[in-house]
Amino acid sequence: MNSRAIEVMVGVFMLLFFGAIFVLATKISNLTSFSSSEGYTLVAKFENVGGLKPRASVAASGVKVGEVTKITYDAETFEASVSLSIDEKFSDTFPTDTTASIYTAGLLGEQYIGLDPGAEIDMLQNTDEITLTQSAIVLERLIGQVLFSRSGGS
Amino acid sequence: MIDFLQRFGRGWINKVERLGRATVFLVHMLGALFSLLKRPSLLVKQLHANGVMTLSIVLVSGLFVGMVLALQAYNTLIDFGQENRVGTLVALTLVRELGPVVTGLLFAGRAGSAMTAEIGLMKATEQLSGLEMMAVDPYKRVFAPRFLAGFIALPMLAAMFSAVGVMGGHLVGVEVLGIDASAFWSQMQSATSFTSDVGNGLIKGLVFGFVVSWIAIFEGADCIPTSEGVSSATTRTVVYSSLAILGLDFLLTAVMF
Repeated sequence: MNSRAIEVMVGVFMLLFFGAIFVLATKISNLTSFSSSEGYTLVAKFENVGGLKPRASVAASGVKVGEVTKITYDAETFEASVSLSIDEKFSDTFPTDTTASIYTAGLLGEQYIGLDPGAEIDMLQNTDEITLTQSAIVLERLIGQVLFSRSGGS
Repeated sequence: MIDFLQRFGRGWINKVERLGRATVFLVHMLGALFSLLKRPSLLVKQLHANGVMTLSIVLVSGLFVGMVLALQAYNTLIDFGQENRVGTLVALTLVRELGPVVTGLLFAGRAGSAMTAEIGLMKATEQLSGLEMMAVDPYKRVFAPRFLAGFIALPMLAAMFSAVGVMGGHLVGVEVLGIDASAFWSQMQSATSFTSDVGNGLIKGLVFGFVVSWIAIFEGADCIPTSEGVSSATTRTVVYSSLAILGLDFLLTAVMF
């Protein structure tokens, strides 16, 4: 095979590789959605985050508006502090009395944060804290309470 | 008893000595890599021999592995009503593990054995000593281009394997079994990270490429220059490369994920 044909085929090979990386970046992983440069950050404090993990989605009315970036333990308030990165498109969208709740997708699904907007006129800005929060429902605690109340009643 | 111990000890000494020779060989080969800057055409030729010629088997395998993964995942996850997660399972399995590992095994079988056989035959027909006679360094002319080509071709092939595999998973999961397409992609995207999953998969590919190329070229250069010696060197390349890939994969997975 002459060198021109070899060079052409190696060129095609490189193009295929770049195509594969492009597919891996845009279709398969979430490189293009919600990068840290765009969007703004909100903080929500929960008594219990249950199984919430970084990169869990943040949804409003079931539509994804952002994702969880960081979960830390606040030693002053003894609560879990959750940083939410909200997409730039949704700036000035959520009133200051927005409620953040931790829900589970389906019975076995992963946990996500649902935002329920309130009625205030002022909107949440970058680094603001969502004060109204509802913790995750921890199934074993719920079962424990039911068992405790039943045994106490009998 | 003493004879047995002596044989056992001699076997180990030979192994360690061979490992030492392989390491010295590697250092020489790495030193010769800079000469490729002056003659990149050698690298292009080897990229064709190692990368382009292995492409068809890698793409076909990737497609079928992705399809089988989707089928098996669907049959298991449907019991829990979680069939939308087929995409996540297919993508993570391919990108993290099967992409680099299966590509590495295929590469060792297709390109690694060919490299060993080619270099072994060069040695048997005294072409390597001929080059040295003409003051051409075989490390620069023969070994280094093959090594670098294998090193960069394997992660590239692994990326293509994973991408095609996910397409195969999509074909079976969405088109044949009827999973919701948007759920398939969105669940996959929310679970797969480019840096930690795809990036680590590529690093695995680089490590496997390094090891397979090293083993293949060393076995070729170190073989007994007879037809039997070349054939056993080729066999050793495939066996050692496969074992090295599987062992290193465990170590890398333990460190990375």
